[in-house]
Amino acid sequence: MTTHSSNAAPVIRPTGRPLKRAFVGRVRWWTYAFLIASVFMSAFPLYWMFVVSTNDSAAVSQMPPTVLPGGNFFALAEQVFTTVPFVQSLVNSFVVAGSIALAQMVLCTLAGFAFAKLQFRGRDPLFIVVLITMMVPTQLAVIPLYMIMSNLDWIDSLQALIVPGMASAFGIFWMRQHLASVLNNELMQAARIDGCSTWQIYWRIAFPLVRSAAFVLGLLAFVTAWNDFLWPLIVIQSPENYTVQLAIKALQRQYFVDYGLAMSGSFLATIPLLILFIFVGRKMVAGVMDGAFKG
Amino acid sequence: MVLSAPPRSTSPRSTSVRRLTKSTAPKPRRRIRSASRMDAFAPYMYIAPFFALFAVFGLFPTVFTFYVALFDWNPIGGQTFIGFENFVTLYGDERFWNAMRNTFSIWILSTVPQLLLALFLAQLLNNARLKFANLFRMTMLVPYITSVVATTIVFASLFGRDYGLINSFLNLFGIESIDFAANTFASHIMVSTMVLWRWFGYNTLIYLAALQAIPKDVYEAAAIDGAGGFKQFIFVTIPSLRPVIIFTVIVSTIGGLQIFTEPLLLSSPGLTGGAGRQFQTLSLFMYEQGFGDFKFGYGSAIGVTLFALIVVFSVINYLLSRRITSDE
Repeated sequence: MTTHSSNAAPVIRPTGRPLKRAFVGRVRWWTYAFLIASVFMSAFPLYWMFVVSTNDSAAVSQMPPTVLPGGNFFALAEQVFTTVPFVQSLVNSFVVAGSIALAQMVLCTLAGFAFAKLQFRGRDPLFIVVLITMMVPTQLAVIPLYMIMSNLDWIDSLQALIVPGMASAFGIFWMRQHLASVLNNELMQAARIDGCSTWQIYWRIAFPLVRSAAFVLGLLAFVTAWNDFLWPLIVIQSPENYTVQLAIKALQRQYFVDYGLAMSGSFLATIPLLILFIFVGRKMVAGVMDGAFKG
Repeated sequence: MVLSAPPRSTSPRSTSVRRLTKSTAPKPRRRIRSASRMDAFAPYMYIAPFFALFAVFGLFPTVFTFYVALFDWNPIGGQTFIGFENFVTLYGDERFWNAMRNTFSIWILSTVPQLLLALFLAQLLNNARLKFANLFRMTMLVPYITSVVATTIVFASLFGRDYGLINSFLNLFGIESIDFAANTFASHIMVSTMVLWRWFGYNTLIYLAALQAIPKDVYEAAAIDGAGGFKQFIFVTIPSLRPVIIFTVIVSTIGGLQIFTEPLLLSSPGLTGGAGRQFQTLSLFMYEQGFGDFKFGYGSAIGVTLFALIVVFSVINYLLSRRITSDE
């Protein structure tokens, strides 16, 4: 997706929106102590994953075990690539998570736009239905979902992973809140007078205004799809259709006692997301914080 | 995709002039007419994809679960209607009650410390003078992007009986190694730690956002009334956070009752959650019955029961949180 630095449309920000008031006070030393401890807590398991995937099994099973990286990384990584079709599983995960992210960005923005800015019969009851569907734990319906996929002849195919995740109630809710706050009615009326159809208003005015929020939604959808496990486990059978998570599980199943291989696979599967996170982590933090209180 | 700038009126003509021009020019008029006819349906077309997808892959399977639960349903052997027999068998099944106890134990052990920790850390982060604030926030979200599978594998190694880092650490203090996977309570702590690790940062950020939304003058008013830091936290912060606390508790409940991946991978290659089913959760029990033993009907009965539990607990949570915070 191309990002433009210039804001395409003239926006009149709603006045009287309360500014974020940050609490200002003295920061005591123990504040930093606790926060550094929490950083350690967050990062250490990943560091340990790296340590185990760079050492041979003897080094991590001695007493006391080593806590430093070793030089065995490429040997273990090579074993990962030869034991399971790991590259293929990375490609599959990219296809699945990428398609879901793109579809959610488009479909949720479209529906969010309709709910935020268009007048139509049944709008409010339908939006309440969307909110209710957010509360439905669909994970519990995997048995009938499997039957549906079986009837569609989609078992063991990537579309069985992609299609059910293409639109989300949360995404609609999220985009609706953003569109309601940034797209004002005067601007829409002006566009209508200029002869814009609803679709043109959506595509040329609404979407550019909220593309940053749509991007965050896409990121969250990507991460969720990349890390999904239960549904791929049920619906995917052959190794060439494995997602990354299934590939790691296959590594773990074969070498349960020796963690090195499964850890190496886990590390290799986490690297793409970590790289992504370095670039967009700040945006994700803002997105998570924003999602909580856009009500 | 390329997003072009929206049409802007560059000419100084007034609206009425433009309308006049349009009514005399044939081409734009046709476009406007067809556009307005489309516009009546447009909103429905925009929301249709979601409702279609949800109907097929969300609503229908959920309703159909209730139907399948009334059958002795084998994907290969066919199906026989047996009424509520699956439920009668299920509620007399010791394995079900065992999974129920495990699920609740793991849910409480993961949710309560997690939300308290998140509240504490959010309070620490909520200070404009804090240095490295972005670094702290970002590292807290790293566990969230780590997959449950990777998380489970790392923690299984850390909690390992013979060479695990945690046991090595305990040994330093003369405590004997614990076989975390074998002991019921210890295995619940192990699973809960994995859940806590993945979600505490996410909840911290949600609480932080809510804390930042509390107007400063409320604290100032409380300070003038003589409330110290702790009193301010109890009488200002907690009540202001009421909606977001309800939100996180409900989300954690829905997630906590569906914990599946951690116990599955820990009991690999089996599906029983340990030799004595010591950490088998309800979701894993459902998977074991549905896709391990191919009892679709019985598995669906477990799904229906879990569904009902989640609804009941969401309502109870909501009522309780409302009650507790409105007492303040």
